[in-house]
Parts: sequence; C-alpha cells; structure tokens
Amino acid sequence: MQITVTVNGESHTRDVEPRLLLVHFLRNELGLTGTHWGCDTSNCGVCTVSLDGVPVKSCTVLAVMADGKQVGTVEGLERADGLDPVQQGFVQCHGLQCGFCTPGMLITARALLNKNPDPSETEIREAISGQLCRCTGYENIVRSVRWAAENEAKEVTA
Amino acid sequence: MTVTENPTPMGFGRMHRKEDARFVRGKGNYVDDITLPGMLHGSFLRSPYAHAKIISIDTSAAEALPGVRAVITGAVLETLKLAWMPTLSYDTQAVLATDKVRFQNQEVVFVVADNHYIARDALELIEVDYEPLPVVADAKQALAAGAPVIRDDKEGKTDNHIFDWAAGDKEKTDAIFADSEVVVTQDILYPRVHPSPLETCGAVADFDKVSGKLTIYSTTQAPHAHRTIYALVAGLPEHKLRVISPDIGGGFGGKVGIYPGYVLAIVGSIVTGKPVKWMEDRNEHLTSTAFARDYHMRGEIAATKDGKIRALRVDVLADHGAFNGTAQPTKFPAGFFHIFTGSYDLEAASCNVTGVYTNKAPGGVAYACSFRITEAAYLVERMVDVLAFELQMDPAELRMKNLIQPEQFPYTSPTGWEYDSGDYPRALRLAMDMVGYDKLRVEQAEKLQRGEHMGIGISFFTEGVGAGPRKHMDILGLGMADGAELRVHPTGKAVLRLSVQTQGQGHETTFAQIVAEELGISPDDIDVVHGDTDNTPFGLGTYGSRSTPVSGAATAIVARKVRDRAKIVAAAMLEVSTDDLEWEKGKFFVKGDPDQAKTIQEIAMGAHSSLELPEGVEGQLDATTVYNPPNLTYPFGAYICVVDVDPATGQVKVRRFIAVDDCGVRINPMIVEGQVHGGLADGVGMALMQVMAFDEDGNHLGASLMDYLLPTSLECPSWELGETVTPSPHHPIGAKGVGESATVGSPAAVVNAVLDALKPYGVRHADMPLTPSNVWRAIQGNPIRTDLAIE
Repeated sequence: MQITVTVNGESHTRDVEPRLLLVHFLRNELGLTGTHWGCDTSNCGVCTVSLDGVPVKSCTVLAVMADGKQVGTVEGLERADGLDPVQQGFVQCHGLQCGFCTPGMLITARALLNKNPDPSETEIREAISGQLCRCTGYENIVRSVRWAAENEAKEVTA
Repeated sequence: MTVTENPTPMGFGRMHRKEDARFVRGKGNYVDDITLPGMLHGSFLRSPYAHAKIISIDTSAAEALPGVRAVITGAVLETLKLAWMPTLSYDTQAVLATDKVRFQNQEVVFVVADNHYIARDALELIEVDYEPLPVVADAKQALAAGAPVIRDDKEGKTDNHIFDWAAGDKEKTDAIFADSEVVVTQDILYPRVHPSPLETCGAVADFDKVSGKLTIYSTTQAPHAHRTIYALVAGLPEHKLRVISPDIGGGFGGKVGIYPGYVLAIVGSIVTGKPVKWMEDRNEHLTSTAFARDYHMRGEIAATKDGKIRALRVDVLADHGAFNGTAQPTKFPAGFFHIFTGSYDLEAASCNVTGVYTNKAPGGVAYACSFRITEAAYLVERMVDVLAFELQMDPAELRMKNLIQPEQFPYTSPTGWEYDSGDYPRALRLAMDMVGYDKLRVEQAEKLQRGEHMGIGISFFTEGVGAGPRKHMDILGLGMADGAELRVHPTGKAVLRLSVQTQGQGHETTFAQIVAEELGISPDDIDVVHGDTDNTPFGLGTYGSRSTPVSGAATAIVARKVRDRAKIVAAAMLEVSTDDLEWEKGKFFVKGDPDQAKTIQEIAMGAHSSLELPEGVEGQLDATTVYNPPNLTYPFGAYICVVDVDPATGQVKVRRFIAVDDCGVRINPMIVEGQVHGGLADGVGMALMQVMAFDEDGNHLGASLMDYLLPTSLECPSWELGETVTPSPHHPIGAKGVGESATVGSPAAVVNAVLDALKPYGVRHADMPLTPSNVWRAIQGNPIRTDLAIE
C-alpha cells in the first residue's frame, strides 16, 4: 500500500506491507532509530511517538494507520536555538542512564507540557505511567520534566 | 535552549553526563540501530514444550520461501561441532536443540532471511514433531526418586544434581545451635526474577571472507571475555575477532553470558557471506535469557533471649534451570552467597547450597545481584526480623545490638570475608533520624487503633564488590583483573581506554573525572573509549558493581603513572631535579618558587618536543596498567521503608523509602544517586510484583510484560537519600562501587515493612512477590507457593 506520512515536518511517501508496524517504518524505512522497539505489547513505551500531537506506542500502530497524519519523534524535538527544554531538563536533572526509554519519555513530556505547562509531580507520574524505565526509578525523570516546565515558563516571560 | 548550570568540575563532583548529548537527541547507537550493507535478519523457532524429544524437523517449506537465505538446525551445527557450547560455569548448553528440548522456548531452528518479517513467516512453515516427556518444574522435585533426568546428554548422568557447596564452620555452628537459648527456623523463597532491561539481547555478525575478520556487534557487558570465549569455542583466531559493544540499553547482569543468538548470527554470517542481525523480542528475552535468584532457602538463627545473635545456618536448594549457565567466579558455584552473615558480628555460621537442573531457562546470576549477595542480604535481613518477631523486640534495636562496630574493621566474617571499612551504627542512626523512626512507631500504634495497617521495614546490607583478586577469582580461567591505557596528546587533551563497558552507568563521564582529579585535565578534554576489543585493553567487563572498584582503580593508577612521567619532563623543562618539584592539581612547580611552574598541558607538549630528557626516559606521557584488586570493596547501607497495607484487598502502597548508602568516596554524586534510585525501584518491583512462575507442564507464566510486572512511576515513591562516606583503605581513590547496592539492599526493607504491617495478624513471614492476592492469603493464614501454579 502507498502511504504518505509527515514525520517531524517532512513528508514521506512509501509503498509498505499492510502489516508493517509504525515503529519499523520509522526505524527501517526512514532510518529514524531514535524511536526504539521494546516489547510488542504496549507495556514498555520505548516506541512512543506523537501521532497528530498525541503520544502513542508505535509498536501497536500499523504504518498504514499513520497515512496522512503527522508523526513526531525524538529527532524532531531540537529547535533552532538549541535543545527543547524537555531535552535540556533530562540532561540537567540526570533523567536518563542507559538512554533506551529516553526518546519515548521526551515525547510524552513534550505532549504533557503542551497540554499542561505547569504539571504537579503527581500529574507527571501519571503522564509517564505507561512507560517503563529500568535505570532511574523515575525520580529524576519527574524532576527533569518539572525543570523543563519551570524553565519553559521563564522563557515565555523573558 | 542553552543552559550552563553545573559547570564541569576539575575532578570529582556533580557534573552533567557527557553521553547525554547523543541520547536526548535520539542519536544513541544501540545494536538494533546498526544497519550494514546487504545485512540479513535471523530469527529462532523455539520449543513450545518444556521437555520433549525431537522426533523430526522438516524445514523444506521454509527453505522454499522467497527471501529465505539459510535455515540452520541442530543437525547442521553438529557438522560444525557447534551444536553445544560451554557455559560460564563449565557446563554445556545446547545452541540449537538436537536430541530433545529442555525448557519452553528453547532454540530449535534458526532462519536467516532478507528481513525480519520474512524470517518470522518462514518459522511458521517449519514442522517439528515432538514427543513430550515428563517435566521437572519444581526444584523441590528435581532430586526426587524417579524424577525425569533432564541432562541425559551427559554421559552417566542419572539424576538432576549439579553441585553441593558448603562454607563456614559447620561444627562450631552446630555446637552453638545445640547450646542456644533461642533458635528460630524459617523457610524463605527468593523467587525467579528477570532483569529485563528495556533493550533485549541482540547481535550483528559481519564475517569478511577475504580478510577472515569477524566483527560482532552485540549486547554484551563483557566484550573481551566474549572474544576469548568465541576464539576458544569455535577455534577462531582471536586476532581476527573484534567484539563491539555499542550503546547498551541496560544490562543488569543479563548481558554477561553468551546466548545461542550471538552464535547463530556468527554462523549465519559465515554461511551466507553477509552480515546477519539477530534481535530477540520481549517474549524471547524473558523466557530464554538469564534469569536471577530462584533460591529456596531454609534459615536458622541462634540467639540469646535478650537478642544477641550468635549463629546462622542456611540450607539452600538452587534452581539453575536446564543448563548450568550462571556467571560467577569459578571457585564459587553459589556466587558470593556465603556473605550471608551480612552486617552482624556472629560467633559462627555455615551454609550448604545444592544446585539442581529443572526444565526452565538457564541462568541464575543476573539482575544486579553482586553474585548472589542479593539472596544473602535478603536471607539475613528477613531472619533478623523473624527473630525480632519471636523475641517481640524492635527490629531497629535488635540490629543496633548486633551490628559490627567501627573499631572491628578490618573485620573477618565467620565465613572468611575481609570487610575493609565501615561505620554501620552511624548509617542506621542517620536513616532512623531521616525517617523519624520513633514518631512513626507512635503513628503506627495510633493507626492500628483505628484498624489501619502501616508497616516500617528496615534492611541493613553489606556487599562485597569489585571482583576480584585474580588468585581467587576467574571466569573460565580468565583472571578478573582489568587494564587501562591513558594517552596524552601534545596539546594536553587525553584519551582513556578501558576494558569495562557502560550500560548506562556513565563511564564516559565518571572515568574522565578520575583522570581530571589525578592530572588536572578537564573532563571535557578527556575522551573515554570502551566497548571495542580492537581499541581497548583486555579486562573482564562491567557487572558485579566492579567498574569503579577495579577499572576506577586502574584509571587512577594509570593517571598517576602519567603524572610520574610528567614530573621527569617538567624537571627537564625547568632545569631542576625532580626532588625539587611539587604537584598541585594541573601543574608541577618548584618548591618555594611557585611561579616556576609547568602546567600538564605544557608538559605534554614538552614530552613530545625535542627537549632533552634524562637517559633512559622515553618521550611522551602515555601509560598503561593492569589492576589486580588486593581485596573486594565493601559498600553498605541502611534502608527504611514505610508502607500502608489495606487488609481488605491486600494492596500495598509504598509511602516513603529512605536509603542511606556508604559507597566510599563518590566520584560523581549525581550518578551515584541515580544508580541508587534505580536499584530502589528494583526492590519495590521484586518485593511486590515481579515473579517468573511456572505451571506443572513447565509453561512460563511471566512471558510478556503483561504478565511479568515491572514497577512504574506510580508504584515508586519519591526516594529520600542520605549518605555517609567511609573510604575503602585499599582502593587508590577510596571508592567502593554502588551499582547494585540498592537492588541488593532494598527488597528486604519493603518485605519487612509489609510484614510489619501484618504483624497484628500473627503473620511472621510471607514470600515475595507480595501481590495483593499473596498478602490477602497471608492474612487469611493460607499462604501458597508464589513460584508455581500447581495445585
């Protein structure tokens, strides 16, 4: 089947098998390996990308379901003036260790802050509760997202 | 945006990680991210049975499928003498099953195809005729008369016994038990769990027919050990083998051994002449790669009536699965389990461990366990609480009464360990102050009046890490020493090459900070190279919390060697004797005349210049070293967990968790704290939800992340950390290692807290995981085996 998907603002048209998963489309067809493949059952969340602005697990979305839609991956987060505040927050607060869950966590954090620029710790924990991290015990991920919220607010008022 | 908080320290201190720049941009390079020209993809057909004879395998339809490039069976491997491979415990393991399958999801056929989807399609076309055999799913039945013999491939094998191993002074221990006022016995299970890093295992093998060079990119924590083992097993010339461990998405001990998939990727590449990738899925990962624990323990504790612990005696039945594939130093078939006297000063102790085969996946030492110190720490910390229950004593008071005292260090334990340094009472007091222990006990009593059950659990652990002294410790004959090479370029920038390999521990930052501390070169100016056998010195890799204790020491020593050379060069540059020079971080200066100085950068240029050096001194500053640890290092900690339990549902909520860790000198406190956080989450997971149970047919009941539950952000509290610093006296920078401390120490704190909450119901012990149903059953006085679904 022929599909056209806009990924990080760039349009891609490809012929794909109907069974091709979105995560494999991004990784193997487009070479965007920042999005990882982890469990096949939507439990681990390392494959999280945004689909029309909403975080989804790309291991349980078919590539054809993304036809005509906007997909956002970790490779699209960086801005002209440097890192996105959520990326900077993860560096600042040691929100990552092995880095495998990080791209998915960043996508979810970005979507959360777009919707709720000043989330509480509880709201952050709820937002990332569908994604696993085996290294950080979540503490510094929560702090990273808070850091991003606070510094993004400063940017807006500056 | 750009932010410059936390400037780079010249040495130890909080510093942002150098590796983060690539990870936050999605530019990490994990095994599955590697794509080589013409690369093919492999996938396994696995056994649906836990124990069955293979009658026949028909691969003809799979071979005929367009896009399939090779179909490899055990029979094919037999012709290459590769159907079996050695394990890290001097046993053998089937690479592909030939005679029979011995655990569910064992590897049977390997298909290589143009892509992953075609390889998976081909698996559906393979016909295997099995004859099911009786299954040993329960370790306690493995040695029963008439139990089916799993390893009948081993000549003369008539039972499922692997080893008996004993430690301690049995006679002395028995005598104390015969003479003690109080003896308490408790059966304790540490169930089978799995480390399950978010990146599964995989490899890309690339064989170059012309040069004969074989490059293997794989998810390995021990690239050098893997290279040597491939050379020994397959008869491949070691200088033609290159193992590359790129970015690794978490290891936790599960990526130490060699898996059939790595071997088949290599065979596939040699057979097809193309690079072959094998990347397992989560189901394969959970069911076939190294599990952890599965220790069935009977603990006995002897004490006086007023709570002085005198002796501990332990009997263990260890389930090693179908092949004995545990990864630990050769002389220690039960790992370091015999450190089970923990942090207490006892008169005597003894243990016996019996290892058995069952129809389950092989493994046993994985998951941040410091070679089974996890099991040991859990056992002793549970036994102390069981004793407190019987004596009706406060568990903190009982611990305080028995902790090894600061003046007793170095302390020789009853089972022969030489603890290097510690101040245990200080750490426990700090944890109690942080949590507000006395107030919490008052709150607990008040709550109980209202029918609310809260619990406070304590765990005090001592680890022995940094394996290890090579005269005692080797893996498959390879001594556990590690090398380091430091090269200083003419402009004073440096490159450090290490044998250890990071899986998230932040080596690229921490090890640069050690060089910075020793030489005064900024960490920003030091590149750390690791995970590539062609570009790093030999060493055994990263597991057992050994990177800082072993390679951290190697790094400090190699930097000091560079400094010694720099001193000679500086003396020549300043035209003084080396005796006249003093070192201040980053420069040598003339005693009494600090203006007469040369920076390390100036010295580096001088060392590469035409400067005349004293006879016998070569130019340049580069140095190498191999560090053979004189002893292990002994980090310790005091943990306190507070839980609320709903007796109606059995639901446990972790309210607070206080962790006081002493890992000696902290190189980068930010990284240390991060490692502790991760281990604490492991403890909550193991205590409350993680288990790999089996039914009577050997079916795996935790084969996906829907069934094998890992803790999320909602089950974890906000961790509260404290620290004390007791440097290791024998480590060059006084560091002790911390990677596994929290995973070792935290499960007992959570379990002790839950059981503290259940004390009013008369519950003395219940096995992990304390899921709502298991807690509820314990309250009803009707606990079940948590590791089996057998009526």
